Amino acid sequence: MEQQTGTFAVKKGLAQMLKGGVIMDVVTPEHARIAEDAGASAVMALERVPADIRAQGGVARMSDPDLIEKIMATVTIPVMAKCRIGHFVEAQILEALGVDYIDESEVLTPADEAHHINKHEFKIPFVCGCRNLGEALRRVGEGAAMIRTKGEAGTGDVVEAVRHARAVMGAIRSLTTMADEELMAYAKEIGAPYELIKETKELGRMPVVNFAAGGVATPADAALMMQLGVDGVFVGSGIFKSGDPARRAAAIVKAVTHYQDASILAEVSRDLGEPMVGRNISTMPEVEKIAGRGW
Amino acid sequence: MKIGVLALQGDFAEHIIMLKSLGVETAEVRLAEQLDGLNGLIIPGGESTTIGKLATDFGLMGPLRQFGQRQAVWGTCAGAIFLSKDVSREQPLLGLMDIKVARNAFGRQVDSFEADLDISELKQATGTDEAFHAVFIRAPIIESVSADAKILASLSDGRIVAAQQGHFLATSFHPELTGDSRFHQYFLSLID
Repeated sequence: MEQQTGTFAVKKGLAQMLKGGVIMDVVTPEHARIAEDAGASAVMALERVPADIRAQGGVARMSDPDLIEKIMATVTIPVMAKCRIGHFVEAQILEALGVDYIDESEVLTPADEAHHINKHEFKIPFVCGCRNLGEALRRVGEGAAMIRTKGEAGTGDVVEAVRHARAVMGAIRSLTTMADEELMAYAKEIGAPYELIKETKELGRMPVVNFAAGGVATPADAALMMQLGVDGVFVGSGIFKSGDPARRAAAIVKAVTHYQDASILAEVSRDLGEPMVGRNISTMPEVEKIAGRGW
Repeated sequence: MKIGVLALQGDFAEHIIMLKSLGVETAEVRLAEQLDGLNGLIIPGGESTTIGKLATDFGLMGPLRQFGQRQAVWGTCAGAIFLSKDVSREQPLLGLMDIKVARNAFGRQVDSFEADLDISELKQATGTDEAFHAVFIRAPIIESVSADAKILASLSDGRIVAAQQGHFLATSFHPELTGDSRFHQYFLSLID
């Protein structure tokens, strides 16, 4: 009996296993342990959370392989790691380390301002960010096996995450009512591959798992994104930049499971200590926003 | 007939789609009272540590064990781990099935794979002859089964990937990720 590895079904399949869960940014093995104990369904191993990348500036790159390996050795849940947009050598290195998912991420400084990585060439699955359906399906066309709406990472302000989730979900809703002869024009309009537009219409949803990211800081934020129709959430700075990370992490996990149960949401929102301070996006200069990275 | 799918975390929606395609009524189970009136339960794939923690925190461990005394339960991947008695590490387990499971037994995601399985019980129960195409995602293996549990499927190297003990089923792969509903039909055949 022949065994086939690295197929699109197994790449997409891991994202399906993460659904209804929370993927947490961690910068040390100790954080990773806290995240796993809190019920995270995966961790994102990185050197600096987005809020610190913002604060410190400079070029943000792939993390030290040593740190990633230590985190992989600490937890039994899947470990993801980020490479720069278009930096396929960072991706090759992450694949060699054996991480479970690669995030080709706008949070790091882009390495290519025109092209993303050809993700079909890798055996490791990729997750990519999007602001709208066209961007999502371009990434899937390049081989991404999972999508996350971008939001605005490192702000603790959920407004961009909501904007991007609404853009994607709204586009899918209107797509499902389009006549088939309208699909090619729509594919042209949003810059997405025709076959994926067709598939999305038939499925009535994105052809791969779609999480929300970028600005989720509270259990209520997480449940909001779930009620808007995403499959799960990434929480970056929101946990380990808060006053009581273990408690907040566990509360966000519970909020994602019970996202439709307001009495449980009220219970888990109690007494979580200080949330991350956050940055209000409406007063943030355009040049500081990172969601626009991605082509 | 109404089948519940434990919806704490994981690919419960995929199981529900499969059950609906077989004309079965379904329910998502997140709290103990949602087990009432169900004829069987599927515990989906996901992360077994997440599912175990949420089941503990929301008081589901006892009710799930009681449910299993009377009704059929099937666990896929993380669900199989959760059903087992022993995974060689500390994490919440239902212990309903007398099997020992090793988590992530094939390695990391890069080692996840697809393979065809020859499952005679499945062929007999569904009157079909094709192999079952199975998807393994960071999959566990069933290291050993007790005397009254039987092996349903193994890989060509002999590693056990599906087992049955009375009305309990454990599969280390994900029938819910394929278009093949025969495993779901087989599970339904265990319910009287």
